[in-house]
Amino acid sequence: MKEIFIDIERCTACKSCEIACAVEHSLSKDLFSAIFENPLPVKRVYVEKAFLFSYPVKCMHCADAACIAACPTGAMHRNHEFGSVVVNNDKCMGCWMCAMVCPFGAIIPDYAVKTARKCDFCPDRLKEGGKPACVEACPTNTITFGEMKDLFKSKRLLSAERVAKAVLVQEDKEVTPLEMLRSIENI
Amino acid sequence: MSMKTFDTVTQSLINRAEAMGIETGINRLESQLPQCGFGQLGSCCRICYMGPCRIDPFGDGASKGVCGATADVIVCRNLLREEVGGAASHVGHARHVVLAFQKMLEGKAPGYKITDRNKLMDIASRLGIKTEDKSDIEIGKEIVGKALEDISNQNGEPMNWLKLSAQSREFEMWKEQGILISNAHNEIEEAMHRTSMGNDADPVNLLLACLKMGLVDGYAGLHMATDFHDILFGTPQITTVEANIGVLDKDKVNIAIHGHNPVLSEKILEWAFKMKEEAKKRGALDINVVGVCCTGNELTMRHGVPLAAHNLQSELVLITGAVDAMVVDMQCIWPSLAMIAECFHTKLITTEPFVKIPGAIHVPFDVEHADEEAKNIVMMAIDSFKERKGEDVHIPKEKSVGFVGFSVEAIVGMLKKIDSSDPLKPIVDNIVNGNIYGVVGFVGCPSIKLRDTFMTEKMTKELLKNNVLVVTTGCTAQICIQAGLMDSSATDKYCGEGLKTVLHALGKAAGFDVPLPPVWHMGSCVDNARIGTLLGALADRIGVKISQLPVAGSAPELVQEKAISIGTWFLALGLLVHIAPSPRILGSPVATNILTKDLENITGGKVYVELDPIKAAAGIISHIKHKRTELGI
Ligand code: SF4
Ligand code: SF4
Ligand code: SF4
Repeated sequence: MKEIFIDIERCTACKSCEIACAVEHSLSKDLFSAIFENPLPVKRVYVEKAFLFSYPVKCMHCADAACIAACPTGAMHRNHEFGSVVVNNDKCMGCWMCAMVCPFGAIIPDYAVKTARKCDFCPDRLKEGGKPACVEACPTNTITFGEMKDLFKSKRLLSAERVAKAVLVQEDKEVTPLEMLRSIENI
Repeated sequence: MSMKTFDTVTQSLINRAEAMGIETGINRLESQLPQCGFGQLGSCCRICYMGPCRIDPFGDGASKGVCGATADVIVCRNLLREEVGGAASHVGHARHVVLAFQKMLEGKAPGYKITDRNKLMDIASRLGIKTEDKSDIEIGKEIVGKALEDISNQNGEPMNWLKLSAQSREFEMWKEQGILISNAHNEIEEAMHRTSMGNDADPVNLLLACLKMGLVDGYAGLHMATDFHDILFGTPQITTVEANIGVLDKDKVNIAIHGHNPVLSEKILEWAFKMKEEAKKRGALDINVVGVCCTGNELTMRHGVPLAAHNLQSELVLITGAVDAMVVDMQCIWPSLAMIAECFHTKLITTEPFVKIPGAIHVPFDVEHADEEAKNIVMMAIDSFKERKGEDVHIPKEKSVGFVGFSVEAIVGMLKKIDSSDPLKPIVDNIVNGNIYGVVGFVGCPSIKLRDTFMTEKMTKELLKNNVLVVTTGCTAQICIQAGLMDSSATDKYCGEGLKTVLHALGKAAGFDVPLPPVWHMGSCVDNARIGTLLGALADRIGVKISQLPVAGSAPELVQEKAISIGTWFLALGLLVHIAPSPRILGSPVATNILTKDLENITGGKVYVELDPIKAAAGIISHIKHKRTELGI
């Protein structure tokens, strides 16, 4: 099952993900037509600021989702095809319990239709074997999409590299021939 | 592998680049996709350091920049700055040529001369310069004085070149709208000023400034450049040429000249001819000068130089491995060329002090030493040929042929053979009787985003089928000639019956034993001036405004800021201007409404965005139909 992985250090706050998300949830799925639609399409990802960073806040499609547990009508449920957490608008009564319990603030009460609005993992794209719109739009690969084991593996490799580099730059340390070889290969 | 598929020549060189591991624009476009939505809509502002500010097009985020600028203000300011980029390019180009001409008159540029004396006298008389008892040099100096006034005048009087080139009906309309211009440099300065933080915040006022910038481009850029080119190098006459990358010859020293300014390329051509023997001594059959982009169009129009490549193929022409030197001047020269040239023996030679590319050889070209420098550059190409020998080259065989050289003077000259006292009569009669249903001017570049859809070719064929005559300039002209649309055989193949009859008759009258082609090559991008002159002459002959004619303009594959300012000049003249892809205006409801609708009540012009070639042609035809009905024909 493929999942979303977000690397806060890469986000430049360009908001490309926000636009791509709204376009994906439009009727035409084309930017130049979407801006003329009525009602206008809405996004499900919000780029928010935190200190010097920015972070695309969106649903993480939690394995043990608080929103599903809190939903009294069963509107919030899991789509087993993609492992995503989605709302059934017919069942949703707009109590916003899900929005209250979501630790990310990923659910937006949509007063116009009186239901919860959230990331639906772009099912039309996933059906075609594609990636969610925000993932494809992000120019810095802040948001990536893949098997969690691969995503964590690359995160581990990155940490290993950082630690190794930190060791290599210690100035007063005597460098062994083996370390010399490594430094040539890896930097 | 690239996901797009292009015409066979382009594609075969893209494949070669991919096989050799050389990156081209096609790959770079793929790594840029999807492109930023704010940028595409024009609603990102980075004019000051409180920004960058973006307006959420879906109304769910910011609706104003930090300073309070709305999407309308941001879009209109950005558009005006694009116009400035385009107009400054053309005005700068024209100024270069005027100053070269001035140096020649002062005896400081011995490599140049007055080639078309008739044009000199014609312009002098239209500028109100008395010519009796004056030498050509004296007359020339007075003309230069008038041209330089247009970039120095502070008295608010309308520009000389505008009065010289525009028709009175348009002049009066612009006067009424308050958009007449006096000094091109002042307009460019004011446009940059008024768009900086905290100045003009009225979208309508900003759009009027855009129209003014269109006039700056049209008269201090296009018309002025074309007039001086013609005086210096001659006014084009109809001839036939070969086109496409296949015009390269592996046994010759291949010099590709790329850019825009014939002041350089004319001298390279001249010295290539003079240095044939040097080349032969080094084992080459000859020197083969081929044209890329608009300086290619300049040389093809005046000397029948083969047209090797349009802008999108400027990288690919190097991928052949057969170009010994690519000599460039200004505008549309991709920085990537240096990286590609490096993969071969090819020398990339830059010549303008303000256009340098790391990795290229820079030979500063100044008109005072034009002969030495041109000779030096040609010698570098010959030396480079020696290095090439034995290297693997791939020159696609496909070539096309076509007619070029349709200056207004050439067209009128041809028509005079039919009716010497009223040369435009045959054209007007055929427009009235519907044999020529309308005329469309195609301008601009090949777009990497639309080239695989064959946008220009499909639109053109659809228009020809409906008896619409097509005139074209710039790289769009190169797309047409490569597609065979400038060959006389295209007339029977693609035209409706009416247009076919006219082109057969014109071919006969012009003394060719074949019909004229249905797409007329009118020159480089600055030669859009020729399209303006032709439309003005037609409107004057019928006694109407240009906006009443059954005509339209199209930039079917928009790339450059220059196409924006040329398009805006067309809008000021009152034309429907089809554009694809969309200019960056859709983020602003006010700009979108005015440019695509309300402007029609002001100048008669309007923007029409359509990316589907067949639908775009249909839209243009329905506009022409409407104009015909209004004229009662
Ligand atoms: S809405 Fe919040 S709680 Fe529910 S799955 Fe998404 S991130 Fe988890
Ligand atoms: S597209 Fe990527 S870099 Fe841009 S705001 Fe979204 S997450 Fe950040
Ligand atoms: S000029 Fe206004 S809209 Fe533009 S960046 Fe500055 S604050 Fe933002």
